[in-house]
Amino acid sequence: MLSLESIDVFYDDLQALWGVSLQVEEGELVALVGPNGAGKTTVLRAISGLLAPAGGRITFGGLDLARVAAHKIVDQGISQVPESGRIFAGMTVLENLELGAFSAEARKSKDRSLEWVFEIFPRMQERMSQRAGTLSGGERQMLAIGRALMSKPKLLMLDEPSFGLAPILVAHTFEMVKKINQEGVSILLVEQNVRAALELADRAYLLENGRIVGQGAGDDLLNYESVRSAYLA
Amino acid sequence: MLESVSQTLVFGILVGALYGLVALGLSLVFGVTKFLNVAHGELLMFGGYASFWAVSLLGLDPFLTIPTTILALLAVGVILYKLLFARMVKLPEETKIKNTLLVGFGLSVILQNLALRFWTADDRGITAAYSSQALTILGVRFPLVRLISLGTALVFLLALHLFLRKTYTGKAIRATVQDWEAATLMGIDIHKVYLLAFALGAALAGVAGTLVAVNYSIEPSMGLNWTLKALIVMVMGGLGSITGTLVGGLALGLTESATSLLLSNNYREVVGLVLFLLILVFRPQGLFGAKEN
Repeated sequence: MLSLESIDVFYDDLQALWGVSLQVEEGELVALVGPNGAGKTTVLRAISGLLAPAGGRITFGGLDLARVAAHKIVDQGISQVPESGRIFAGMTVLENLELGAFSAEARKSKDRSLEWVFEIFPRMQERMSQRAGTLSGGERQMLAIGRALMSKPKLLMLDEPSFGLAPILVAHTFEMVKKINQEGVSILLVEQNVRAALELADRAYLLENGRIVGQGAGDDLLNYESVRSAYLA
Repeated sequence: MLESVSQTLVFGILVGALYGLVALGLSLVFGVTKFLNVAHGELLMFGGYASFWAVSLLGLDPFLTIPTTILALLAVGVILYKLLFARMVKLPEETKIKNTLLVGFGLSVILQNLALRFWTADDRGITAAYSSQALTILGVRFPLVRLISLGTALVFLLALHLFLRKTYTGKAIRATVQDWEAATLMGIDIHKVYLLAFALGAALAGVAGTLVAVNYSIEPSMGLNWTLKALIVMVMGGLGSITGTLVGGLALGLTESATSLLLSNNYREVVGLVLFLLILVFRPQGLFGAKEN
């Protein structure tokens, strides 16, 4: 469904990604793990059209995303939960969710999507008219994921959803991700929390210094000697 | 004494609401795009002329020229944005403010000279059939034209408030202000948002220009004075708050009126600038503005 074919990305003269290739198939939960600064966020930004790759191809359902403007990516069925949520803090929870369904296609089924999100995150219904900036860290993360779901994505990309959350909330967030995946949404999960991500994922890629250095089933990667010593020690 | 104090208060409020409207467009544009368009006063001047000619040529009531003036200034806004400002959208914020400041200065000179060429340096004013009428309540005069201007200013402040709060497009504008990247991820085309904010800002300047033409007079070099007023109000009210803009306008209007009464008319204009400096030094987020989160 999503395919990156040897993507190069530069920040000015600095090369951030070197020939990165990865695939997400329909219904899969794929993790992209690696240390801080490896370029994981850059991969997501390239897919979302916020950065233009200098080389390589990104396709989604066969469509070359280089031809799609950044604000049209969500129309294709790709939704991103950016790092630390980036919710609209000055607006209400409901307004945040409404904005998640901004694109014309998503707006048609806004009410049904809202019910769906409230089903997954009942807390968001309770907090509906509250300013998003007053939410707790865990609630913000729920809102960020809920907002991304409002566009009824085929592929949901999450950037470090565990960041800054207490361990119990991390477990809860990962459960939610699993549940959303079981409802038929493909997932690309970017994580520094390598163990949790590998346990959750069907497949995973290991990114280091802008290069894919390992891939395989989540369980297999967990047992790699290099992964164990570097990330799980 | 009591009467002259009440009269001062009333005039302060009447002119203050106009100041609020003058600042509204500038504040909207700056809040959304971080373009500091110092040619705002020239757009206001163009709005004044648009109404002046609509009254002279079509014989309309001055306040009924507002729709045509809005259309004219929307068009001017779109053209200026596409021609000059669109290319600065992606600049870092500080560079954006500096560059638009320079472009705005250049633009204000060009627009002034165009006006001079088209319409000469003569002072023009719009006189309504009811210009001399006034209500008198308890010895305090409420000139009819000023009352209608007050109503007009309040209607536009309220309309913008509702537009930003209640409509999908308005929410998209607010989302873009808070985080344009996150807004892009939602499917919001921020170039459209910027264009819309800029054109609306020009239209609001145009409406303010109509009111200025009816209440005072217009001439090609009037712009700077009104840009300054708008900047003062914007700084007083704090950014991103329509209520703040109205309150800032009223505060400036009242301060000016009080200065005329207590000191002399000569200090009227100075006091606003002094206030401006004091606020910038001691309360840079504005009197009513919240600190950015």
